[in-house]
Amino acid sequence: MVTEKTIREILSEVKDPEIPVLSLEDMGIIRDITISSPTEIIVTITPTYSGCPAMDTIADDIESALMEAGFSPTVKTTLDPPWTTDWMSEEGRKKLEDYGIAPPQKGSHNKRSLFGKAPEVRCPHCKSMNTAMLSQFGSTPCKSLYKCQDCFEPFDYFKCI
Amino acid sequence: MAQASEKYVLRLADNILILGQRLGEWCGHGPVLEQDIALTNIALDLIGQSRMLYQYAAEIRNDGSTEDDLAMKRDVFDYYNCLLVEQPNGDWGKTIVRQFFFDTYHYYLQEFLVNSSDQRLSEIARKSFKEVAYHAQYSAEWVIRLGDGTEESHQRVQSSVNDLWTFTGELFTPDELDREMQEQGIGPDLDVIAANWNKKVNEILEIATLQIPEETFMQSGGKQGEHGEYLGFILAELQFMQRAYPDMKW
Repeated sequence: MVTEKTIREILSEVKDPEIPVLSLEDMGIIRDITISSPTEIIVTITPTYSGCPAMDTIADDIESALMEAGFSPTVKTTLDPPWTTDWMSEEGRKKLEDYGIAPPQKGSHNKRSLFGKAPEVRCPHCKSMNTAMLSQFGSTPCKSLYKCQDCFEPFDYFKCI
Repeated sequence: MAQASEKYVLRLADNILILGQRLGEWCGHGPVLEQDIALTNIALDLIGQSRMLYQYAAEIRNDGSTEDDLAMKRDVFDYYNCLLVEQPNGDWGKTIVRQFFFDTYHYYLQEFLVNSSDQRLSEIARKSFKEVAYHAQYSAEWVIRLGDGTEESHQRVQSSVNDLWTFTGELFTPDELDREMQEQGIGPDLDVIAANWNKKVNEILEIATLQIPEETFMQSGGKQGEHGEYLGFILAELQFMQRAYPDMKW
C-alpha cells in the first residue's frame, strides 16, 4: 500500500536546483499529494517567485524521482494561497544559514507595504548583526545582497515575500 | 462567477511582458553590477507574472492556443500594452522614471486585483503584489537619489519626467472595456487608481526636488493596439526565433 509518507520520503531527496541544500519539503512548496491509484500520484506544488526559472526544473525533477520509483506522476501547480517565505521549515532555515545564505525572517513586517526599513539580518558567516543591505535584488529573484560590516564578507539574504 | 475578457487579461500581460523585455535590454549594460542585476531581476518577476496571465488568456481563448502562441505569434496591432512601457530605455534616469511611473500604477492596480471578482486574476495578483511592492520601492528610491543628487542627475531625470509624462494619461483613461470590467468588479475604478498614483508620484517627486510637469496633451492608443514605432522593433527581437523558425521548440 502506497502512503503519502512513502511519497514524501522520495520527494525529500528532490532538492531545489539553485539551492541544493534545501529539499522541496524544506521550501514548503509541496501543497498536496493525491494517490489516485497504487501507481498514479498527483503532486501539487506552488511557485515561489513568479519568475523563478527553477520551477520548471523542479516539476521535471519530481516527475523523474517518482518515475524512477515506479510511479506514474502528474505535477500540478496551484497559485492559491500564494507561497510565502514563512512556510520554509526551521530545518530549512538552519540549512540555508549553514550554506552561507541568511534565512528569511519569520513573520516579517507587512510584505505588501511600499516603504520600510531594510530588515536587520545576521551574517551567516560570523553571526554579527552589524550588516548592511547593498541591493534589494541579488543573484536570484528570491535574494537580496548584503554585506557584513564586521567580517566584510558579502552574502545573500533570502528575502521575505 | 465573473470572468475577465481575453482582451483585458492580454492588456495586463502585454504591459509587463513588454516592460520586462525593455528592462532585459539592460542586461550587461547597467551602470554598476548591482543595478544591472536589480533591473534584470525585476524583468524576470514581470515576465514570470505575464506568463501566469498568458496561461489564463489562453484558457479563456479555448482554441488550443498556449501562452507561447499569445506572446510569440501576435503582431503589433494585436498587442494591447500601454505606450509608456514601450518607450526606449534612454539613459539610466529615463529607465528609472519609466519604471517609477509604471510600478506605482502597477502597485495600486495589484492592490485592487487582489480582491477582483475574477477569482483567477485575484490569485495571480496575490502572488504578484508582494513582488510589485519591492519594485515600486526600488524605483521610487532611485528617483529620489537621482532627483536630489547632482546637478547633472537632477537635470537628466527632470527631463525624463517631462518627456514621459505624456504617456501616463493613458493608464487612467477608461475605455469601454475598462468600464465593463469595473462594472463587474473585475477591474478597478481608474479614477481611484489615478488619485492614489498622483498622490504617491507627487510625494516622491517633491522629495526628489523635481517639478511636476504642467497639464499637457496625453498620448493614447496603446491599449487599443495603436502603437508608436518602437513596439515593432521590440517584437522583432522578442519573436525572432518563432518568425525565423515557425513552431520551433527549444
